[in-house]
Amino acid sequence: MKSRATLAGPPRDAAAALARLARGASMAAVPLLLAGCGEDHVRKYPQTVFHPTTEYARITDRLFMLSLYLGVAVGIAVLAVLVYFLWKFRYQPGAPEPRQIHGNTRLEVAWTLIPAIILAVIAIPTVKAIFETQPDPSTLPPNTVTIEVIGKQWWWEFRYPQPNGDTVVTANEIHVPVDRTVHLVLKSDNVLHSFWVPQMGGKRDLIPNRINHLVFKPEEAGVYFGQCAEFCGSSHSLMRMRMVAHSGNGYEQWLANEARPAVEPVASDSAVQLGKQLVTTGACAGCHYIEGTAMNAHVGPALTHFGRRRTLAGGIVENDAENLRRWLADPPAVKPGSKMPNLNLTDQQITYISAYLQSLQ
Amino acid sequence: MASTATVAAPHAPAVAHYEPTGLWSWITTVDHKRIGILYGVTAFLWFLVAGVEALMIRVQLFVPNNHFVTAETYNSLFTMHALTMIFGALMPLTAAFFNFIVPLQIGARDVAFPRLNALSYWLFLFGSLFLNFGWVLKAAPDSGWFAYAPITTLPYSPGMHMDFYVLGLQVLGLSSIIASLNFIITIINLRAPGMRLMRMPIFTWMTLITSVLIVTAMAVFTIAVTELMFDRLFGTNFYNTVSAGADPLLWQHLFWMFGHPEVYILIIPIMGMISEVLPTFSRKPLFGYNVMVFSGVLIGWLGWGVWSHHMFATGMGPIADSFFSLSTMLIAIPTGIKIFNWLGTLYGGSIRFTTAMLFAVAFIAMFTIGGISGVMHASAPSDLQQSDTYFIVAHIHYVFFGGTVLGLWAALYYWYPKVFGRLLDEKLGQFHFWSTFVGMNLTFFPMHFVGMFGMPRRTWTYGPEQGFTAYNQAETVGAFIIALGTLVFAINLFTAWKRGRIAGPNPWGAATLEWSIPSPPPAYNFREIPVVHSRMPLWEDDPTKEAGIPHGRVEEETEQVTIAGTQVAAVRDVHDENKMSAHDLGIHLPPPSFWPIVLAAGISAIFIGLIFRQVPATSAWHNAWYLMFAGIATTVVSIYAWAFEPGH
Repeated sequence: MKSRATLAGPPRDAAAALARLARGASMAAVPLLLAGCGEDHVRKYPQTVFHPTTEYARITDRLFMLSLYLGVAVGIAVLAVLVYFLWKFRYQPGAPEPRQIHGNTRLEVAWTLIPAIILAVIAIPTVKAIFETQPDPSTLPPNTVTIEVIGKQWWWEFRYPQPNGDTVVTANEIHVPVDRTVHLVLKSDNVLHSFWVPQMGGKRDLIPNRINHLVFKPEEAGVYFGQCAEFCGSSHSLMRMRMVAHSGNGYEQWLANEARPAVEPVASDSAVQLGKQLVTTGACAGCHYIEGTAMNAHVGPALTHFGRRRTLAGGIVENDAENLRRWLADPPAVKPGSKMPNLNLTDQQITYISAYLQSLQ
Repeated sequence: MASTATVAAPHAPAVAHYEPTGLWSWITTVDHKRIGILYGVTAFLWFLVAGVEALMIRVQLFVPNNHFVTAETYNSLFTMHALTMIFGALMPLTAAFFNFIVPLQIGARDVAFPRLNALSYWLFLFGSLFLNFGWVLKAAPDSGWFAYAPITTLPYSPGMHMDFYVLGLQVLGLSSIIASLNFIITIINLRAPGMRLMRMPIFTWMTLITSVLIVTAMAVFTIAVTELMFDRLFGTNFYNTVSAGADPLLWQHLFWMFGHPEVYILIIPIMGMISEVLPTFSRKPLFGYNVMVFSGVLIGWLGWGVWSHHMFATGMGPIADSFFSLSTMLIAIPTGIKIFNWLGTLYGGSIRFTTAMLFAVAFIAMFTIGGISGVMHASAPSDLQQSDTYFIVAHIHYVFFGGTVLGLWAALYYWYPKVFGRLLDEKLGQFHFWSTFVGMNLTFFPMHFVGMFGMPRRTWTYGPEQGFTAYNQAETVGAFIIALGTLVFAINLFTAWKRGRIAGPNPWGAATLEWSIPSPPPAYNFREIPVVHSRMPLWEDDPTKEAGIPHGRVEEETEQVTIAGTQVAAVRDVHDENKMSAHDLGIHLPPPSFWPIVLAAGISAIFIGLIFRQVPATSAWHNAWYLMFAGIATTVVSIYAWAFEPGH
């Protein structure tokens, strides 16, 4: 066995390097994950799951953390044992042949039972959380706000039924009150989508021919990022949204304003007037809806108070003059597969239409 | 009756080794070893194709709002990356080892149905080419590998994209089912005398379990895909939500009844390979063999009861969610047992760090990480934050890359010398290992973070304000490091085949039967069918018990133990008589046949004809529907010709 002598060098280096790497990777995991879960963290990662703001999201987060801690502990233990064995039992020249051990029943029973116990520690709160986060929609408190969410290709429609029978409709921006239970009724009239505002809690699919529910209670006013999570076609990744949570009576005020018809443009502003004419009598009227005008189609997003919206085109860009111009010039360029075609508008027409849409407060 | 024609003297002088060569011999081959090589080479090429697709995905995600590829192309890229990796590369690579190694491990001359074996390879080749043909027509499948209805139904996917999916996967599914039936029957029936079930090498055991899973899971998938085919081609309404009240969840349930066992189809064989590599390079028997077998059976069995954990977001209700959460957690127990038993195998061993061993050890580490994140999303409420994000992408890649791919590379370094008679270069191997190991962690570990920070999977691009940029850049760099390692690996595979060091029958001093015969093995495998007395015949069998059995450590057959290919000079070929042809030795082998490839072509033509029915009249491909009838005719003729071909 003379060839064995040549082997002593490299393996030890390999084992040591493996050890360093494995140790480094596992040690880095936890602190990195937990680093900065404060406001700064949310500014940096506006769609993070690590800053829960509802009880629903906190239940989810606690379970995640529990399984993370247990998982990292088990992982580090296994990797440490592995690396130790590799170092300790590396081939030594001249060493006798290892003892031919075939097994050890007691050990094997032990490492069947230990994982079972660890899993039970996760399983019990899991089942509890499953029932806590999925209340029966018929048992919700009386002041619950019910909002219908309809997934479109590739934008969101939100419908707020009013006591008088009317329905307020918004697109890509969902408004909710703080400290009241919110009940989302999730529907799709096309393909699958998934509603996901991470700070509010888990995601829930929107499925044609089915109705799903999501119940949570916002606690902090603010603007939250959300996104469609189920692949839904060309512009799936550009189907984003904002959730605006209002404190005090902000929600009622917003709702009251939203329920009003679109603002009638002042006659003196000719650009806005011309824009209104273009929008309400042109191609736009074929798909869009503006309360208080003759436009009554529901193919595309409702535009009633478009000027107050924060974002454009499915929540992907800020709602400002430049982005609106870019969008109107060629929607499919901004949003691949967009159902709104390129209408070949002239620069002048775009200026007028923008002026009108931005005036809708 | 050829077998009575010559009764070779045991020590007849060596004659010219009868090995047919040339392209025709490969087309008509029914030798399980050659079919294994065909599987391996084809699947490795698909692995490279799927890797290029992955690199394009990573380039697209390198910066926010990138336009390197269009959204439509991107959707095809991630769909085809998954389909090509799973059905073109990883499953067929395991099949390559099933084909080459299993008959040798059980002491058989071939599989039970050699021509059926050839058929399954040709169906795989044609099916995978057909699936990728979508790229040529700019109509590659584009709705994700799980192809959720209704986006895959005609109203939402009007082109041919998903037709390539439904038809291509039916051909591939047929290939897998045929191959798996063959392996089940081979393993049950063709074991050498004395090889009881509980003496089978662990890799053969895992092959058996995997084959049962494939037969059952693929059957469900074939039903699901056939229904989708009927929806798309003939206007039925299984999944069509627009014109009828179909329920899209039907597809999801059927798909995951296949899709979840599929994960185990891709990992159980690897568990078997690792369980061969670790004992060999620790010089210790596998720790807890019985438990390793039963935990494998249990993983396969439980794999059937967990499919809906992919569907927590669909709102199945709290009772179903609880059931699938708990059943999923249960799988962690047998999986954990395997990991602990591998550690037990290392304990007290004499560990040699060959490239094969490095990959096997890295498999344990990486698969553990993938398993732990698996437990994390077994908990339904927690999973609802993780599902459909990059956290899942991280998990699946720690299982499929850290698990399946690392394990396959371990197996390749381990068995390559048996297949080609030459050793892979260890220096290149070490480079391959370290670049793959570092690259994969740099690529897939940050995905855990970016997923939890809100990045959904299957996303063509992202906004700079979302905070995903730095993580994606690290991932892209990692992917290119993997690519570099893979390139070196490809060079190694090729150059070793040309001029690698001669391996000898048992370069690693391993214990199972395949190492008792020359490398590469002669067409008939075993000069005489061995008699087996233990699980590790080359380590444990007593040579005095019976004449003619392979026995003793490898040192007795070659001049020295060779580790890491450092010194393989004086290999003594003690099997001169194996240079004789099977015929001269009086061994009857099934004759070559071209009917398998003709039948596979016929079956494939039916599916190709079906798809080109869809082409608009203006296209050059229009009216290829006659291909369908030509295919049916070819299929019928070749089944008859096959049945009446003499040879058995």
